[in-house]
Amino acid sequence: MTTIDTNVRPTPGVPRAYAFPSFTRHTLPNGLRIVIAPVRKLPLVTVLALVDAGSVADPAGQEGVAQLTASLLTEGTGALSGAALAELVESMGSTLDAGADWDSSVVKLTTLSSRLPEAIGLLARVLTEPSLPEDEFQRLRQERLADLLQQRSEPRSLADEAFAQAVYAPGARYAMPDGGTERSVRALTLEQLRTFYAARYSPAATTVVLAGDLSVDEGVALVERVLGGWSGTMPEACAAPDTTLMIPRGVHIVRKADAPQSELRVGHLGLPRLTADYFPLVLCNAILGGLFSSRLNLNLREKHAYTYGASSGVDWRRWAGPFSMDAAVQSDVTAPAVSEILKEFDRMRAEPVTESELSLAISYLDGVFPIRFETTRAIASALASQSIYGLADDYYDTYRANIRAVTADDILRVAQAHLHPDRLQVVAVGDPEQISAPLAALGIGAVTVTDAEDTLGH
Amino acid sequence: MQIPIDTETLANGLRVTYSEDHVAPLVAVNLWYHVGSANEREGRTGFAHLFEHMLFQGSANVEANEHFELVQRAGGTLNGSTWLDRTNYFETVPSNQLAIALWLEADRMGRLLPAMTQQKLDTQRDVVKNERRWSVDNQPYGTWWEKLPALTYPSTHPYHHSLIGSMEHLSEASLDDVAEFFATWYTPDNAVLTIAGDFDPGEARALVHRYFAEIPRNPAPPSRPDFSIAPRFEMPMREVVEDDVQLPRAIVAMRIPPCGSEAWYAASVAAAVLGMRKGSRLYRRLVRETQVAADASAYTFDLTKGADLFVVDATANAGVTSDRLEQAVHDELDAFALDGVTDAELARALALIETDFVSSLQSASDRADTLSKFATYFGDPALVNTQPARYQAVTAAEVTAFAKEWCTADNRATLLYVPRAVAEQEEAA
Repeated sequence: MTTIDTNVRPTPGVPRAYAFPSFTRHTLPNGLRIVIAPVRKLPLVTVLALVDAGSVADPAGQEGVAQLTASLLTEGTGALSGAALAELVESMGSTLDAGADWDSSVVKLTTLSSRLPEAIGLLARVLTEPSLPEDEFQRLRQERLADLLQQRSEPRSLADEAFAQAVYAPGARYAMPDGGTERSVRALTLEQLRTFYAARYSPAATTVVLAGDLSVDEGVALVERVLGGWSGTMPEACAAPDTTLMIPRGVHIVRKADAPQSELRVGHLGLPRLTADYFPLVLCNAILGGLFSSRLNLNLREKHAYTYGASSGVDWRRWAGPFSMDAAVQSDVTAPAVSEILKEFDRMRAEPVTESELSLAISYLDGVFPIRFETTRAIASALASQSIYGLADDYYDTYRANIRAVTADDILRVAQAHLHPDRLQVVAVGDPEQISAPLAALGIGAVTVTDAEDTLGH
Repeated sequence: MQIPIDTETLANGLRVTYSEDHVAPLVAVNLWYHVGSANEREGRTGFAHLFEHMLFQGSANVEANEHFELVQRAGGTLNGSTWLDRTNYFETVPSNQLAIALWLEADRMGRLLPAMTQQKLDTQRDVVKNERRWSVDNQPYGTWWEKLPALTYPSTHPYHHSLIGSMEHLSEASLDDVAEFFATWYTPDNAVLTIAGDFDPGEARALVHRYFAEIPRNPAPPSRPDFSIAPRFEMPMREVVEDDVQLPRAIVAMRIPPCGSEAWYAASVAAAVLGMRKGSRLYRRLVRETQVAADASAYTFDLTKGADLFVVDATANAGVTSDRLEQAVHDELDAFALDGVTDAELARALALIETDFVSSLQSASDRADTLSKFATYFGDPALVNTQPARYQAVTAAEVTAFAKEWCTADNRATLLYVPRAVAEQEEAA
């Protein structure tokens, strides 16, 4: 009998090939685009109808109109009230939701494939013939106001909003919540929603993504049947939001009296999703704060125990979204924690990442690629991003090679080009009594203190 | 749709489930230990969860934080979580990396203690205290999660005390506690292991035997706490909590038969009727029609020992008082207990549950966790394949009977959150 040494680490076997699901594109005569990825694993289909009507398309003074319009789509069509529609869809076991983010509005359907023909008919009806009723409009607007009220006590939302205000110019669309402010939402009218719908929802501005248990022919025929008759003209292109840089640096405290922790956001303006430096930046961020074993997390959590977790990220959008380093830290170590965050930030620019850090980040991002696409929802979302940002057709097929090609020099170059110590804004939602003097002593910039109501109510 | 299942039990008591498929080149490893906060000793609330953190601090052949690094370097995802009566650890890795995931789990199951130090314990204690501040103390309504079990289970019951633990008890935890907890609960005979996804069955078995077979079983298995409890509350209970929130929230819990029992399936369907998605009764009545609430939902806690909880929660719309919200929720429960459900409501709930079940099979990690759950709680992972039929067998009459028996006013505990500012104003007035 041979003795097996269980103290010895095993080595990996031979990797098995993986390919992102293949998909095809089609365009109907009315201009509507279709993307279909057959995935015959389980009897499920996810459908996403994307409309180029994201929150960046909100007219000035009507911030929140894109989100409210999208939410109102599923509140009735023809003779079906919102309640009747929900009950009908759910009695098929399907889910039909609509919403908007910065870049697009989307109607989402997940259904057993046996119910797809009926369910996609309902999706088409809410997309093309929504009732947009007055009573449900009033209710949804009221719910959005209740949401905003709730955020006054939520440190994470408050920190995100205060950070957006610190990073973007006053009045810039990205400086305000995508769902609108209390003032803008209160002022919205149903007429404005109807105008927004008429101006922005049209087949030429719409892409329908289908992923799951169906064939390409079935998918095209279904979409053609339910949306081929939709007519409309191409809307005006969406104007770029103001992404003027805010300088100088500053420290922005949002008052939460007696808070046991400070919710921190430290960062500045990021880059648009289509930047040529995307892959080096993804690796740069993974090493700085994207992984559990990142510099920020190992320092703030595992070394200093200041926090339950520290991370960093770029909010990738069509135009430059914010880049931030985030942590919720014990109040009495707020300034030391910010100081460590700044050290890690500076270190990314000062010297190349180590071979070990680079190989860890690359092998992680390369290896988890198939794990990211186990569900029809995840596959459809990936294809939606491809369509929204205009990523190349072979984007997912070449993703892993692009990740593997990044070098330590590339990372140093993008860190020096895109991380800007002179533009950093620091937001802390916490107790000013405990944290403002220590933060001022760091010498980052002027310290201001505001109340939660003012942060959300502007 | 049947999940493929093969099982074996090693000589040391470790129960293993293999679920092979080759949809994608990835494999999930999932390990449940049958221990949670319910098994903590007096004066050590939060210890089971603190101990979970220590399992990522290395073992005989793994450095601190290297567990995370090795799995991520292998191209995998991982985590762990602690619940009232179980703790799970899980990885999903590319299929050619199955060995490292199994070896890491075996190293910490068999050889944890050599890596434990006072410094690591002190650091993780502070990390967990910050987790508590983040998820409970500095989060609106965050204390619901320890206040509801405290209200609904008597102080002598293992579910009563806080899972995240008190700051004081966390401070008192020692390395001796770590050693004792490990020896008592982290043994192969108190664990189930599931491997789901793309693997070669012969190779996977060989790896499991190689890494786990030599880990000794517990020579003196611990006694488990007594979970028995009166089947219902017998009288209404109520607690008002002033919190730094803007809108009142009512959380109403009913004590019901444990998860897995015949009546529990009716309860699970009842929760879907009442509070699953926008076609549910609570959404229609409270959010859409009366607009008393900004949102409302219902769910079961899925506790398999003693008694489960059936929970309805609703958050007030702006301008609605806590009294009005609380009354509205109880009115709906009164109507539910009086009239039960319609066939259409039942059909909607069952259809949603069916789609959810199929959706949950998509991820190898979710499949593995579900198999571990059935193996741990009911001794047979194959029961997962009987779940769709068990749900489809539930009738409207059974759900109505459940509502009439268990949703009455004398079996309700209400946890009512009110904005602190309002509470202060009312006191002043």
